[in-house]
Amino acid sequence: MNNYVDQGAKDTRSGFGAGLLELGRINPNVVGLCADLTGSLKMGDFKEEFPDRFIQVGIAEANMMGIAAGLTIGGKIPFTGTFANFSTGRVYDQIRQSIAYSGKNVKICASHAGLTLGEDGATHQILEDIGLMKMLPGMTVINPCDYNQTKAATLAIAEHKGPVYLRFGRPKVPNFTPADQAFEIGKGILLQEGNDVTLVATGHLVWKALEAAEALAKEQISAEVINIHTIKPLDEEIILNSVSKTNCLVSAEEHMRFGGLGESISGMLARKRPTVQEFVAVNDRFGESGTPAQLLEKYGLNGQAIAAAARRAIERK
Amino acid sequence: MPHNYYFMADTQHLEQIASQIRRDIVRMVHAVQSGHPGGSLGCTEFFTALYFEVMQHNAPVFDMDGSGEELFFLSNGHISPVYYSTLAHAGYFPLSELHTFRKLDSRLQGHPTTHEGLPGVRVASGSLGQGMSVAIGAALSKKLNGDDRLVFSLHGDGELQEGQIWEAAMFAAGKKVDNLICTIDANGQQIDGSTDDVLAMGDIGKKFEAFGWEVMHIAKGNHMETVVNGLKKARSLTGKGKPVCVVMKTEMGAGVDFMEGTHKWHGIAPNDEQLTQALAQLPETLGDY
Repeated sequence: MNNYVDQGAKDTRSGFGAGLLELGRINPNVVGLCADLTGSLKMGDFKEEFPDRFIQVGIAEANMMGIAAGLTIGGKIPFTGTFANFSTGRVYDQIRQSIAYSGKNVKICASHAGLTLGEDGATHQILEDIGLMKMLPGMTVINPCDYNQTKAATLAIAEHKGPVYLRFGRPKVPNFTPADQAFEIGKGILLQEGNDVTLVATGHLVWKALEAAEALAKEQISAEVINIHTIKPLDEEIILNSVSKTNCLVSAEEHMRFGGLGESISGMLARKRPTVQEFVAVNDRFGESGTPAQLLEKYGLNGQAIAAAARRAIERK
Repeated sequence: MPHNYYFMADTQHLEQIASQIRRDIVRMVHAVQSGHPGGSLGCTEFFTALYFEVMQHNAPVFDMDGSGEELFFLSNGHISPVYYSTLAHAGYFPLSELHTFRKLDSRLQGHPTTHEGLPGVRVASGSLGQGMSVAIGAALSKKLNGDDRLVFSLHGDGELQEGQIWEAAMFAAGKKVDNLICTIDANGQQIDGSTDDVLAMGDIGKKFEAFGWEVMHIAKGNHMETVVNGLKKARSLTGKGKPVCVVMKTEMGAGVDFMEGTHKWHGIAPNDEQLTQALAQLPETLGDY
């Protein structure tokens, strides 16, 4: 069992906003850019306290990415803010050429990722962004699980030299990681030890994985739970150590199965230690309108779905 | 050691540099039988004037951040031959490296990039329409740093068909980015034909004016003195609350008669006979690389 308790629901985007504000106070090179979504991205406090270092770009995300790339020339550390869809798919070529290939120190901060932005529907529910970003050479991809971890990640990526994609979301979700937990890029966090199955989750589904582990425990199934906040570079060691004990794994993410965390893990395991794996992810379809809870249930991304996948994985061992 | 021509520039000397750069362009493109000679030749006066007379930069020293010096961004990256030759003659890297253009393991990629660490280049370009945004970012970085130096950029006229250009144009005027001089290479040609045939853009200068830019024209973009004076005038228009757009009329393929004024030499290389014919028109002034 684990010691993680819900300290109260908070949105991960507010963790970003709080982290950015703190960064503004400690790092004069940090610049915030936003494409007309200051409130949604929780960048208002930064804007208010550092108006000279906040650039309102308007509804022009391609331009925002280019400006961010240019700002790094002269030593600025730009943090761009818009929805995940407009942070990736809409501006893929700008990120590819002007940021990733050019090796620019831009932090692409993306809210409203996945299904859980809810009622706005599939136009805004990008489920391909992790895949798009992790395919870019040199891009670091991070999907923190709660408010505290998103805040810690925001602070950590300012210290990392190179382009980063930081993915977070809209809804209020359990805030359960310790506020003082160190955030180390590329290092997974073992949340709960277990012997029968490894649950590896990222983002909002980390809490769901803990819920699944609790349900499984009632069936005398001992699940190990790992929080992978950094999808690239992937912490291979923590996963390999775990599956050497459990011999099966469930990956869980609020993302398309193709190109997501699960494929990163299965690709690594195929090379290093072929292991039975079940995927909790969206399977080749677009989202739709609904409440976050309804959507997670319909698309099979909740604790019950993770527990069911764990039983399947154990069965296949 | 490469020498810095910046201190000895007069029009005649600039013309000598331009002639050598043109020789380099056709020789580089011929050597690998690929590359973009047309636009490169058309912008030779611009590059020569900018790097050897107008822009205050720290060649041969290169620092990515470029603090305290003026910066240039090439948005239409396919005219890399003229860029590379100019950078080499300015001393950023050895002239002999021009031999490696477009070859395996070279820093002189088909389109310019920072990826291999080529001094003088600050961002990759090639996928069109992105350079104005990057130049704006660099100009804002200078303002934030209290650095009063300017940022220059060059764009093809065909490139203006990319939507991102107009996002950037709107932003630069709206946010008063007045330490920025964007030059449009108005040669009226693009890959599939004349810009008027492919997608007529109307009056480019008026479009930028309507977006809130200070617009000026260089009518003879292949006349050295005109280009030098034009760019110097553009400098004088900065710092007044508006970004500056220079619409520069050039002839694609300028300096090589059989390449002039046609889109056909946008992206093809001369054969051996054509190379001889081209070089016969371009005096070797500073020694071939």
